[in-house]
Amino acid sequence: MRVAVITFPGSNSDHDSYSAVKYCLQEEVDYIWHQDTDLSGYDCVILPGGFSYGDYLRSGAIARFSPIVSAVQKFVADGGFALGICNGFQVLTESAILPGALIRNRSIKFLGQWAYLRVENNTTPFTTRYQRHQVIRVPIAHGEGNFYVADGQLAEIEDNNRVVFRYCDKEGVVNDATNPNGSRNSIAGIVNAGGNVLGMMPHPERAADAILGSDDGLLLFESLRDSINKRAGEKTSGTVSAA
Amino acid sequence: MTNTKETAKTANSNSNSNKAVVYVRFKDEVLDPEGVTIQKSLAVMGYDKALSVRAGKFYEIELADNSAESEKQLKELSEKALANPVIERFEIQWPGKGQS
Repeated sequence: MRVAVITFPGSNSDHDSYSAVKYCLQEEVDYIWHQDTDLSGYDCVILPGGFSYGDYLRSGAIARFSPIVSAVQKFVADGGFALGICNGFQVLTESAILPGALIRNRSIKFLGQWAYLRVENNTTPFTTRYQRHQVIRVPIAHGEGNFYVADGQLAEIEDNNRVVFRYCDKEGVVNDATNPNGSRNSIAGIVNAGGNVLGMMPHPERAADAILGSDDGLLLFESLRDSINKRAGEKTSGTVSAA
Repeated sequence: MTNTKETAKTANSNSNSNKAVVYVRFKDEVLDPEGVTIQKSLAVMGYDKALSVRAGKFYEIELADNSAESEKQLKELSEKALANPVIERFEIQWPGKGQS
């Protein structure tokens, strides 16, 4: 398993993602600079958290035009796995790889705190090690995490089981009071139609070891590894890859 | 927005008519958390006549000239970069052209 962590000017969670893969998962990982365009040989791309290009215009708006994002677009179109965390999720929506947009938190405040998430879909390549409706504890750190999508597209996302995580409380209750930022339907993370791209505002890479206060996020990376190994196995045995 | 081109041929490149303002705002159906917060604060300050506030951004852009190509670029960059069509709409105004 080889993972590419993209570094934009202003990324600040690239080291966290790198460390989660290298030290917690103990797999190969490289930093890839935003001016690079070559993703060959990688199984998964992580677009990390931070404030790419100062988040000028809108969060993730300028990063969208960097050379590496064109390469990521091609990579995911070919079925490669991509995980966008926080600012990475914003880059994925800005580049229309994922639907919707992330706008200012309802409270206007930057939220740096632990959040509970309910796993809505445990059949994605990123979540197979979770139980359906399992409640996990993962930190959030964002000012613009309020997921907005128009009614029609929201229905499409919901109907196709593309909501992966929702904000909830410790008991898994999803309602307006347990929604920290005003996201529509308390959405914290979604996948694309193909299921190979996950965007989420919370930080699983910051909850990948018990010493960090939670290792609930490690299961996401382990699920991803399972999916990559499974795909490699299918390729070797000659069956057509699902992607 | 006006499209008068009468002055285009003789205008020098620094003419005011080359200056555009692009206004970017949320679509009506998108809740604007910033505007809501501003409105609430105004109410606390005693400004009870300000019932609703919607915040937005504007960009002042000076173009190389006022050719059709420049206008085309402006429209394109507004669509592709300045505004995110998922949540926002934009409007281009030409303050320098209003006087002619």
